[in-house]
Amino acid sequence: MTGDGPHKDEISGIDTTGHEWDGIRELDNPLPRWWLWVFYACIAFSIGYWVLMPAWPGLNGYTHGLLGKSDRREVAQALTDLQTLRGAGGAKLKTASLAQIESDPELQAYAMQVGQSVFGDNCATCHGAGGAGGKGYANLRDDVWLWGGSLEDIQRTITYGIRSGDDQARLSQMPAFGRDAMLQPAQISDLTEYVVALSGRKANAAAVGRVTTLFAEQCASCHGPAGKGDQLVGAPDLTDADTLYGSDRAAISGQIHNGQGGVMPAWGRRFDPETIKALAVYIHANSGQ
Amino acid sequence: MTVVIDRTTPPSAASNSPGPVSAAALARRKAGRGGGLYQPRVPIYPKLVHGKWRTIKWLMLIATLGVYYVVPWIRWERPGLLPDQAVLVDFTGRRFYFFFIQLWPQEVYFITGLLVMGALALFLVTALFSRLWCGYTCPQTVWTDLFIAVERLFEGDRNARMKLDKSPMSLNKLWRKGGKHAVWLGIAFGTGGAWIFYFHDAPTLIRTFWVGAAPLTAYISCALLTATTYVFAGTMREQVCTYMCPWPRIQGAMLDEHSLQVTYLKDRGEPRAPHKKGQSWEGRGDCVDCNQCVVVCPMGIDIRDGSQLECINCGLCVDACDEIMVKMGRPKGLIAYDTDYAVVARVAKNKPTYHPVRSRTIYYGVALGLVSAVMLWGFMQRSPVDLHVLRDRNPTFVRLHDGAIRNAYTLKITNRGFEPATFTIGFRGVSGVTLKTPGETASKGLLTVTVKPDEVRAVRVFVNAPAAALPAANLPVAFTIQSAIGSSEVHTTFLSGDANAR
Repeated sequence: MTGDGPHKDEISGIDTTGHEWDGIRELDNPLPRWWLWVFYACIAFSIGYWVLMPAWPGLNGYTHGLLGKSDRREVAQALTDLQTLRGAGGAKLKTASLAQIESDPELQAYAMQVGQSVFGDNCATCHGAGGAGGKGYANLRDDVWLWGGSLEDIQRTITYGIRSGDDQARLSQMPAFGRDAMLQPAQISDLTEYVVALSGRKANAAAVGRVTTLFAEQCASCHGPAGKGDQLVGAPDLTDADTLYGSDRAAISGQIHNGQGGVMPAWGRRFDPETIKALAVYIHANSGQ
Repeated sequence: MTVVIDRTTPPSAASNSPGPVSAAALARRKAGRGGGLYQPRVPIYPKLVHGKWRTIKWLMLIATLGVYYVVPWIRWERPGLLPDQAVLVDFTGRRFYFFFIQLWPQEVYFITGLLVMGALALFLVTALFSRLWCGYTCPQTVWTDLFIAVERLFEGDRNARMKLDKSPMSLNKLWRKGGKHAVWLGIAFGTGGAWIFYFHDAPTLIRTFWVGAAPLTAYISCALLTATTYVFAGTMREQVCTYMCPWPRIQGAMLDEHSLQVTYLKDRGEPRAPHKKGQSWEGRGDCVDCNQCVVVCPMGIDIRDGSQLECINCGLCVDACDEIMVKMGRPKGLIAYDTDYAVVARVAKNKPTYHPVRSRTIYYGVALGLVSAVMLWGFMQRSPVDLHVLRDRNPTFVRLHDGAIRNAYTLKITNRGFEPATFTIGFRGVSGVTLKTPGETASKGLLTVTVKPDEVRAVRVFVNAPAAALPAANLPVAFTIQSAIGSSEVHTTFLSGDANAR
């Protein structure tokens, strides 16, 4: 690139920039008028913006701007607006008991609406949009409940969570019998047959016979002597058609080996009590109760 | 050979030589200064005319405007909090009221049917009598007629108006023009103002409108209709019919030589020539070339050129011509509602017969009759009860602890009546099922719910079926509802998917 200063282009009669690339020169056309005006308008706007809106960081704080806009305050305002928007239904949710909500068709319909939207935003990630759950995530639409399916039980589970670290969280711990070498692989294999037999399926009778005592010693304390489970300690019923981690032999032996247990957050820290009430009513109703 | 456009040499004088020019450029050149692609509007000054058709047109104007302004004020008693306005399109409440009829949004097909019937009736009328709708009842014609009457009131008849438009601005011109536009705007505002009464309770709205408490949509609609009325009827007039309305273009498909339309009887009129008193009528036509048919025409055409796209069939030229014919002592009806076929027949010395019954009028008539019958039948069959069943799609089914399968449905039960109704919900297709709705105890057979008047209630219904009762993964089933005011049945499916034992 060589530059021999600006000179006039012969054909168009317009000055060039004075730069030359292998004989090609660039015309020094002025910027389009409309573009310039938009540019100036943007500059004017930005000055106005600095004056009116929070803009410049300082050493201790920032310029707040004349309009006093604050996102933090807007969130607080939005939450207050939400209460206002919920209106009479929201106020009733606060005072009514769970049973009262469910027996009042209008309030129930209202709670269902609130519950549905909150469920979709927060619970559906694990439990699925329809609440049918998946492997390791409880199905909320059936009649099998690890921690109880009454309105109050559901409300408590939502509020404090499961293994969430909250003081009042639902807490149970299935031992990892295999991983922690509490049982031999052969024993686990036989116990698997025992569990299969409990759920009413065909199993190896000899294996079942070998671990009857072992089941009573190791498993019955939580799952009960008949394997019926116990909702107080979150021990699943081994005799029904429902399993959280799968019902084939591999899944059952894997569960005895590893003793998996999922975590559900304590939503009481994020939702107000009436939202949790609405959620409980929504889940309760959708479980066909 | 590749032709390169040479831009390295400045344009020479040679390139300015006349060469091929685009049609658009030609048109622009032809239109001259200030012109464009389009022909500038030639102002039309329709002259006042008296006669039979003009009288009918005045009566139609009063009747149509009367209906438009009066209808929202008719009261009609309805129970409860329902509006007492006979004709009301209630967008907020999502209802359409027409005297004893109350339509819900999902019944909009009745309106569709009405529009189809309207279109077919228009086809039939056009095939029989040509553009009767355009000439007498179309809002564009009615309001333009009214606006021309106002114009005449302020500026006088045709000649006075032409003179006024040519004269320089003066106080006289200013008040005449100003007054005309003020009254036009007043009528336009009245038009927009009456329109909004169809969408809100009229006696309430007429108060809230003036104190600024009416819904925003009312003000916007009123402003829009004021503007369109003023522009369409005041300044655009015949251009709306000729350029904006599709009907003049479509009508050609309905018309034929047997359609009654405003026709210049050229068999009788030609050869036309001015006529002096006492001259003989031998060897000449009855048309005295007085041009009265042209000056009264609101569309600015000469009917003697034959049937034209612009003609709205209003018959004002018939009146104008009859007036002259009477003065001339000749029989009326040189311009008349007649058919092209009759004109041709008379020229050929045949009998000019009128054939209202033709294949196309039969087709239109039969189509109109069919659609009307279907709509009427549908309307008679209309039940105050409606049932919609939405089955849960996520999850499609749930397996319960004992292996039973549950499907969940949402039943939308509509009670269009004005009294609360109790419905019994039944289910058939699978034996041994349990029905349950949230908050109620489970039932082996039937559920009972009450639906408030004029409402839709959504009821969640859980259907539990023992696995043994499910012979297939997909079973056809049905929900039934029964009540004192009506019953309904809706077919759906019961799914058990991979949980199905078989």
